[in-house]
Amino acid sequence: MNIKPFNDLKKNLKRLSSLNKEIRVAVLSDSSSQLTVNALKGYGAEFNVKYEIFEADYNQIDMQVFDAGSELYRFAPAFVIILRSTSRLMKYFYKMDHDERGNFADSQLQYLEELCATVSQRLDCAVITNNYSEINDSVFGNFGLKVMSSFAYQLKKLNMKLIDLSVNRKDLFLLDLNSMIARAGHNGSFDPKIYYAADMVYSIDFLPYLAKNINDIIFAVSGSFVKCVVLDLDNTLWGGVIGDDGTDGIQIGSLGNGKIFSELQLWLKQLKARGIILAVCSKNNDDTARQPFISHPEMELRLDDIAVFVANWENKADNIRHIQSVLNIGIDSMVFIDDNPVERALVKKEIPEIIVPDLPEDPAEYLLFLHSLNLFETASYTPNDSERTRQYQEEAKRRNVLKGFANEDAFLASLDMSSEVRAFDPFSVPRVSQLSQRSNQFNLRTIRYTEEEVKRMTGDPDYCTYSFTLKDKFGDNGLVAFVVLKKTDSETLFIENWAMSCRVLKRGMEWFTLNCIASDARLSGVRRIVGEYIPTAKNSLVKEHYPSLGFGTISENRYCLELADYRLEKIIHIKKTSTPV
Amino acid sequence: MNQEQLLKEVNEIFKDVLDNEDVVINFDTVASDVDDWDSLNHIQLIAAIEKAFRIKFTSTEIYQFKNVGEMISSINSKLNP
Repeated sequence: MNIKPFNDLKKNLKRLSSLNKEIRVAVLSDSSSQLTVNALKGYGAEFNVKYEIFEADYNQIDMQVFDAGSELYRFAPAFVIILRSTSRLMKYFYKMDHDERGNFADSQLQYLEELCATVSQRLDCAVITNNYSEINDSVFGNFGLKVMSSFAYQLKKLNMKLIDLSVNRKDLFLLDLNSMIARAGHNGSFDPKIYYAADMVYSIDFLPYLAKNINDIIFAVSGSFVKCVVLDLDNTLWGGVIGDDGTDGIQIGSLGNGKIFSELQLWLKQLKARGIILAVCSKNNDDTARQPFISHPEMELRLDDIAVFVANWENKADNIRHIQSVLNIGIDSMVFIDDNPVERALVKKEIPEIIVPDLPEDPAEYLLFLHSLNLFETASYTPNDSERTRQYQEEAKRRNVLKGFANEDAFLASLDMSSEVRAFDPFSVPRVSQLSQRSNQFNLRTIRYTEEEVKRMTGDPDYCTYSFTLKDKFGDNGLVAFVVLKKTDSETLFIENWAMSCRVLKRGMEWFTLNCIASDARLSGVRRIVGEYIPTAKNSLVKEHYPSLGFGTISENRYCLELADYRLEKIIHIKKTSTPV
Repeated sequence: MNQEQLLKEVNEIFKDVLDNEDVVINFDTVASDVDDWDSLNHIQLIAAIEKAFRIKFTSTEIYQFKNVGEMISSINSKLNP
């Protein structure tokens, strides 16, 4: 993959009507935004997404947001993108009285806070806004950073305060424009001629990067993001060929070009620590390929950093499919990194959905190039994410043990499983939101909840919420399932969503979950539970979920469980360790 | 490169930016002669020409070209100062 130039993206506009998935987006900008909108539409088309865009008239942010009857609210977008430029801030700042300038950042932040609060009060949407390109206006020179009433000082302060605002507002996502412009260079992202002629603050060449990053955030919030990196070894993770050069001859650390590969490995280790799964796919003998991970003193990555390690002489596309099946994740959530263009071409041809960066020829440029692609956008982070690799390794052990059992029941009984069952609480909010975004296969209605939305449910008497953890003798999987029930009347609960991590399939977790819900519901006088399956491209796994649990069919994809008729028909091997509060 | 060759190359850029293989320009062509040559596309044409020939038009020039011929002369004068 590479980022296409604007003109190529623009050509996609001709085929918008053929696209499958629609996402409604509003763009409010204080500079001219037509070409930004075209770039975003064109970029989405690359992924079969049709952006249905409401573009506010030039510089109409306030009117659209503060007028409850505005076109923005009638359009009802899922995402509101607010783009504001340093150029306009600067003009505004210069017109302020000197004695007010020290409050510029504070008053701007208050304004942005009001914008966000007003939008989220009136719309069920996520807000994306940019931070500001930190260009020194050279009024005080470098000394400006020591002058609190200078534009340079206030601009940096505003950026910092904006970050804090986004930490506190879960429905606000920041577009790190400042970093993007730092990467492109101010002169590479801004064309003064076009700015003065058309009030466009981005150059044509910069638009694809802007569109890509907006798109990345929207996709991440919508549940589409990268979960796993598959890595080649020779000349990708280290310099040289392990089979020829031997463990002490490969370039890593102080030998030859080794620094390049050390820094790449160190970066990959950061990704692993934040929850990206690392896998290896190499054409080598298995023991030869593992040797550097075990015994090279300067390797940053070790075997326990790698969730799945595949080294053999088979075709890489088949090996990647094997890795995918072990991890049980979507192939479009995987990135394949390999220095060899022939291997990349083969994998791309066999598996068109996988992301394959066209690495530059010079390894020294690998890392900068990978940074620029922003491959690992996410819409959530919880400290438990760092456990993910270990959990997949434990799953591999479980699979091995399973082979030794004659039947599944005996295997499940041997696992010594227990689950903590709780209503959503402040501790589980981030993980529940994340699970709603991450799970695609076991997700009955594929509703993506932001943390803000999950938090709101905890205090809402119309909602009845459940989160489930799962632990066994091999390890702790953490929070792996949730159910959101909505009271439609005093006798009926509707399952607004039911999602589960695919790591815990085939453990009887579905039955355990239903049993918890049904028992509680019966106690509180509820007579029936209604469930719905909304098909997506990825959740056919749970098409028969409700019928298989004993629900009767009401209409297509709608099911009902009469609690009077409900009885548990399966042996459950999971012990409940606490009850919802 | 002479003016005729420049015209040919610029014509190719027009085809690409306007995404229309049938666009034919000559020295007398003005914006109203060409479908879709509006102010937004004008900006993209200018950016694409600047990139292709590694030149920079001035902010005054981009709104004062009377026709394609003037644009070509300007490119020519920047390439052969």
